[in-house]
Amino acid sequence: MTSPGDSGSRETWPLWEVFIRSSRGLSHVHAGSLHAPDETMAVRNARDLYTRRAEGVSIWVVRASDITSSDPDAKGEFFESPQGKEYRHATYYTESESVPHL
Amino acid sequence: MNHSNHTISTAITAESIADSSVVCPEPVAPYAIGLGDDALVLAHRLGEWIANAPELEEDVALGNIGLDLLGHARSLLTYAGTAVDKSEDDLAYFRDESEFRCHQLFEQPNGDFAATIARQLIASAYFVQLYRALSASTDGTLAAIAAKALKEVDYHLDHSVQWMRRLGLGTEYSRERVQLGLRTMWPYVEELFREDPFAAAAGNAAVDPRALRAAFDAIVLPIIADAGLDLPEVSGAQGGGRSGMHSEALGPMLAEMQVLARAHPGATW
Repeated sequence: MTSPGDSGSRETWPLWEVFIRSSRGLSHVHAGSLHAPDETMAVRNARDLYTRRAEGVSIWVVRASDITSSDPDAKGEFFESPQGKEYRHATYYTESESVPHL
Repeated sequence: MNHSNHTISTAITAESIADSSVVCPEPVAPYAIGLGDDALVLAHRLGEWIANAPELEEDVALGNIGLDLLGHARSLLTYAGTAVDKSEDDLAYFRDESEFRCHQLFEQPNGDFAATIARQLIASAYFVQLYRALSASTDGTLAAIAAKALKEVDYHLDHSVQWMRRLGLGTEYSRERVQLGLRTMWPYVEELFREDPFAAAAGNAAVDPRALRAAFDAIVLPIIADAGLDLPEVSGAQGGGRSGMHSEALGPMLAEMQVLARAHPGATW
């Protein structure tokens, strides 16, 4: 199975996924992907490609092949089973009059 | 150009210099033109890599470095131009080869990627020392331009160091290419640190290039050694870029750089 962005045997540099934490953000957010010969150059390439307009204060990179993802064909059993289970949301429950300070 | 991004617009730019009433003192202008030409010519050379680098990511990396340098050139030439009532475009596009004052290193053809990296290592280490010293200039505008540029050239140096290591310690073939690139560019090192009459005339506004050599060597020689490369044993080129003497490479480069502005004087885009 090939991963997205993989151009087969013509590819000499591995693909890296880039995560940027913006100055306002609390967590790193996926920004995109790039090619680089190793992790050190991947961080530098990410800096050049994704932080040109002062978008971030921290960069993570991870080799795309090191990411284990859910099966795109398993949408039903993975992501549709919470439907109808509204009791998993806090809003499902009504406030109890006898419990103050909730 | 109007930017709404305030974090960017607080730094000194060519526009902010042009819009201010600051005038470059006459003895400082030729010195600033020399520094501006160094940055302008190298920026153009790096621009030649766009769509030609080994990988798309390196297109962007070299392009970014070139654009930073173009920013330095614009500020320096705009500032110098205030002394003689000329714009940055007048100075960049309407001077001939013999009026350009760049050191010969910066006009050298790109060669292969390894030669470009070798040239960039020398250039970036020189710029780091130059701008660090120049940020203490008695000329407030030069000091501000240098302080802003220093953060950028620090990154350029890091980019060159990373590639010197990878090429020098990569394969036998990559080592051979980068060693050859270093040998091609090294003759132009000496000129960077020669006595400069324009710097002398500008007094404490300028930096005496001779004072920068020791710090340059302290940075560059260990980088070359760590990359497993030999310091080239070559004699220095004749030099003379600051006096308008150039290698054969500059003329064709300027012809390409200037043709559009000369064919359509006053055009904006």
